[in-house]
Amino acid sequence: MIREYIPVLLQALVAVGFAAGALIISVLLGKSGLRTQTKDSAYECGMVPQGEAQPRFSVKFYLVAMLFILFDLEIVFMYPWAVVYREAVVHSHVIFWSMLSFVSILMVGYVYALKKGAFDWKK
Amino acid sequence: MNPTLFLIFTSLLKIVGIVFVVILPMVSYSVYAERRVSALIQDRLGPNRVGPAGLFQPIADAMKFILKEDFTPANVNKFYYWLAPCLAMVPALMTIAVVPFGSTLFGVPMVIADINVGVLYVFAIASLGVYGIVIAGWSSNSKYPFLGGVRSSSQMISYELSLGLAVIPIFLLVGQLRLTDIVRYQIENGWMIAPFVGHWTDGWKWLLAIPMSISFVVFTIAIFAETNRLPFDLPEAETELVGGYHTEYGSMKFALFFLGEYAAMITGSAIIVTLFLGGWHLPVPWWNHAHGFHWLLIDGSLGGWRGVIGGLFNIFVFFGKVSVLLLFFIWVRWTLPRFRYDQLMRLGWVFFFEIALVNIFLAAIIIACLPQ
Repeated sequence: MIREYIPVLLQALVAVGFAAGALIISVLLGKSGLRTQTKDSAYECGMVPQGEAQPRFSVKFYLVAMLFILFDLEIVFMYPWAVVYREAVVHSHVIFWSMLSFVSILMVGYVYALKKGAFDWKK
Repeated sequence: MNPTLFLIFTSLLKIVGIVFVVILPMVSYSVYAERRVSALIQDRLGPNRVGPAGLFQPIADAMKFILKEDFTPANVNKFYYWLAPCLAMVPALMTIAVVPFGSTLFGVPMVIADINVGVLYVFAIASLGVYGIVIAGWSSNSKYPFLGGVRSSSQMISYELSLGLAVIPIFLLVGQLRLTDIVRYQIENGWMIAPFVGHWTDGWKWLLAIPMSISFVVFTIAIFAETNRLPFDLPEAETELVGGYHTEYGSMKFALFFLGEYAAMITGSAIIVTLFLGGWHLPVPWWNHAHGFHWLLIDGSLGGWRGVIGGLFNIFVFFGKVSVLLLFFIWVRWTLPRFRYDQLMRLGWVFFFEIALVNIFLAAIIIACLPQ
């Protein structure tokens, strides 16, 4: 069981090694130029940077993240259901109706969010 | 030889082969192909000066990336600024580990890690890719990268829902998460969206192909959004955000973002191929006196040189399919205009989410009605 994951670990090591190696080679071989104040400043199309660097942004982004967690959890519950479904449905159709009722309850929340305009980015 | 040692040795061989001989050259040449095909579509020439037909252009680009000044602006958050490019590159290279890219070669299965969680591993690792972009946007301490990072995170997590829902009909049908089992199923019963193999006159199989095709379309479009390709490239919309989350990056750090994006495209295509288009399987039409017309399965199970040729053929078929999908990615880029942000969110949350959810129950009903 755990042996199956040895290649995954090796793959991770190779991937991290490649990324780190590429950065190190570039540090070693890259030319270094003069450091000036203009070069150090944030890029704003050649103008002097105005205001704070990380401006306030719409609360909708938080809303999306929260809704994502909710519905992603729902999907996580569906995976084990999906894997056993084909064998279980032969014996009884309960497995189908139980998932349908679970999703319908969640859909009430989804319709509420939809009606509240959580997915409407025009406003 | 000790079996654990043998496993480590063969998987190292496969990993180095896949990462450095297949994926990275494929990444650099898909950048080249992108530029040449774009030029073709726009009636330009494209890069054609370095080597014959510009074929050495990726090498020249790589040299240039290495030799450029490795500059870290003073006002960035140094640790995260350096971490972000690695975080964009590593998940893209790691997801390919569970994808079977061939049958067997010299008796060794052509998949790096044949783990039973299969697709869950793909989602778990691929969704880490969003961290690279968010951290890049946040640590740069600059407005354009910041906006790009915020937009990108909300776009990527939105389409992850459709991505996760779209694959469920396949598990309903196959009953396994392991990708080699999904390929095995498709060899016996035909590809998910075109079940020609096996009892192809069976009406139920074609009925099942309907939810599978819907899944295929939703999944492919969600992969476009996940990899930030046009028409979903809002995180780096050049006309509004300069370069988006990598505006403050240069030299190799920028190259890692770029490579990571194309590597994610390749692994995404590889997963589409494995789930819906039969993986490494290519049925060859055959006729002989004993069986009449039938599909011939070529794989690496035969002994001697035939097995080796079969195994190599499967690997070639797999990456051939991936290349066709990559060309499709490029073609779409120059065909469709970019979405507006509200259209993008509506499409992901309302349209695809609902279609994918209904599709699951459509597939579940068909499977419940299947004759035993």
